[in-house]
Amino acid sequence: MNERSGVEVRLENLVRRYGMVTALDGLSLTIAPGELVALLGPSGCGKTTALRLLAGLEEADEGRVVVGGNDVTGLPASRRNIGMVFQAYSLFPHMVAWENVAFGLQMRRVAPAERKKRALDMLELVGLGRYANRYANQMSGGQQQRVALARALAIQPQVLLLDEPLSALDAKVRARLRDEIRRVQMDVGITTLFVTHDQEEALAIADRVGVMQSGKLEQLGPPTAVYSRPATPFVADFVGLTNRLAGTVRRGVVEVRGTEIPLVQPDVADGPATALVRPEAVTFAADGDMADGPLVGTVIAVAFLGAVSRVTVDLGDTTILAQLPTSAAADHPAGTRVRLALRPDPVLVDRHE
Amino acid sequence: MAVARRGFRRTRWIKLQVFRYVVFALAAVFFLVPLFAMFEFSTRGKYGERTLQYWQSVFQYPDLIDWNFGPAPDAAINASLELALITSLVMLVLLVPTMVWVRLKLRRLNRVVEFICLLPLTIPAIVLVVGLFPMYLWLGTNFSDSILTLALAYVVLVLPYCYRSLDAGLGGIDVKTLSEAARSLGASWFSVIWRVIVPNISNAILNAVLLSVALVLGEYTIANNLLYNNLQVELVHLGRTNAGVSIAVAGASLVFAFVLLVIIAFIGGRGRRVYAEPAAVFAGPLQGSQA
Repeated sequence: MNERSGVEVRLENLVRRYGMVTALDGLSLTIAPGELVALLGPSGCGKTTALRLLAGLEEADEGRVVVGGNDVTGLPASRRNIGMVFQAYSLFPHMVAWENVAFGLQMRRVAPAERKKRALDMLELVGLGRYANRYANQMSGGQQQRVALARALAIQPQVLLLDEPLSALDAKVRARLRDEIRRVQMDVGITTLFVTHDQEEALAIADRVGVMQSGKLEQLGPPTAVYSRPATPFVADFVGLTNRLAGTVRRGVVEVRGTEIPLVQPDVADGPATALVRPEAVTFAADGDMADGPLVGTVIAVAFLGAVSRVTVDLGDTTILAQLPTSAAADHPAGTRVRLALRPDPVLVDRHE
Repeated sequence: MAVARRGFRRTRWIKLQVFRYVVFALAAVFFLVPLFAMFEFSTRGKYGERTLQYWQSVFQYPDLIDWNFGPAPDAAINASLELALITSLVMLVLLVPTMVWVRLKLRRLNRVVEFICLLPLTIPAIVLVVGLFPMYLWLGTNFSDSILTLALAYVVLVLPYCYRSLDAGLGGIDVKTLSEAARSLGASWFSVIWRVIVPNISNAILNAVLLSVALVLGEYTIANNLLYNNLQVELVHLGRTNAGVSIAVAGASLVFAFVLLVIIAFIGGRGRRVYAEPAAVFAGPLQGSQA
């Protein structure tokens, strides 16, 4: 299966309107051969519309869809050779697993014996060989989605589309299936577009993450870049947790509660602004005077997350989230007074409030 | 306390059971007494003796049944059977794709289609006849005066019942996701409906067919007023000349319709339900964690 190398996918200036609502507002996106791009955004941001336009399940009002150098904008879904995994419940209930997987091959008039053989191979690939004769209602949600993945890949599509395939599953299954999807995708080497509203999912498996809002791509880049150098306040807010702290911009730095922090944005006019500070950039000060000061407050909650803990501190006029090693957080249970420090990692400021 | 409550529950349960059996018995009497009366009457000879002569003579009426099944059946039973077949087929071919399409692409038309389909329910058959009469005059002179053209009127007649049945069937599956999945796998629209939608609403289709067969076999008003001879019209006609034979035929046609419906249900029921095993057996936490 490795002989198949992915193709390039280009979405060019796609526009899609529903009555007065513009779901996609000039989206352009190029996915490199074999790459996995995740589109991330809140519901209604246009990410699913983008995927459906690429699948051919909806028509674009403007723009082009180019797959492997061919313009497929006018082609119906049935002739695009694009595999798709839906949110849930998309398996044909009257067919067993292998028949589901073989359906696309049947539509392509592959001989029955060959069809079955290839379907069983695909089920083997997703680790469900022994479930070949189960109906959808005899499998768990995670198993159903793996059959759906096998079914989408069985037709040897040029592109794989994943429309929130994990959102109906519980947390543990979700994480495992997520890694499984990535493994299979790399195995097959297929160009993939993955749509999700779950940032952890997107950051964990994508080569590049595109963050969307209001039908537009806000930022597209590797997960680390999107997380540590968000291009806009929306991205900073949407990806990861962010403290919104009032501050003052002066000569290229922002002063937040007595600490000067460099800015990500190159030129921001002086004046009041909201700084977006990651919880990881908030630490406990080693020493100090607990009496007063802008960063002295009371711990009101400690959320244990395993190796790290998330501590909520009440600073009087606002609360702030700090993410610390659990060992450090353990010394400061709820109710203790602490003095915080802000690490001078570059931050974004937001003036839209 | 608990004992008292259990005793109370038990009395209530017994009361419920008694109530059920009483209702069942009353319903049975309601249906069986007329049937028994029919049987009694049709087997009583001129001087009160038991005889099967009326039942035996059913097959001696060429207007009732013969072996000419074709585009222009002469006998009433043949005509009714052919009508039932044609009506069911036309109804399915018309309704299933339309309803699927409305669900997929024209959701806002759903109410309109529902209204149109349920409309015949509110129109008395005799009013339908008045409306249909000029159309059938025209049909009869220009195309065919075969009784089979009645199927057109019958499709309208069965529309509300079949719509309800199919609507329930389509409501039970995720038509949009299933057809989009099939489309993305390369299925034509015909394949989507034939290979994906139809097998999953086979119960609803079967119900719709049963309803339309039953309705067509029992239809009298329209056929009679448009001057066609179907089974019911012939029965009434026969009743005027020979009451014993008429009742025998009526009884036979009831048995016949019953047998026919059982056969259809049996044929339709084969192969289904195989996959409807309880999901809970397999969907335990153990299976879930393997995913």
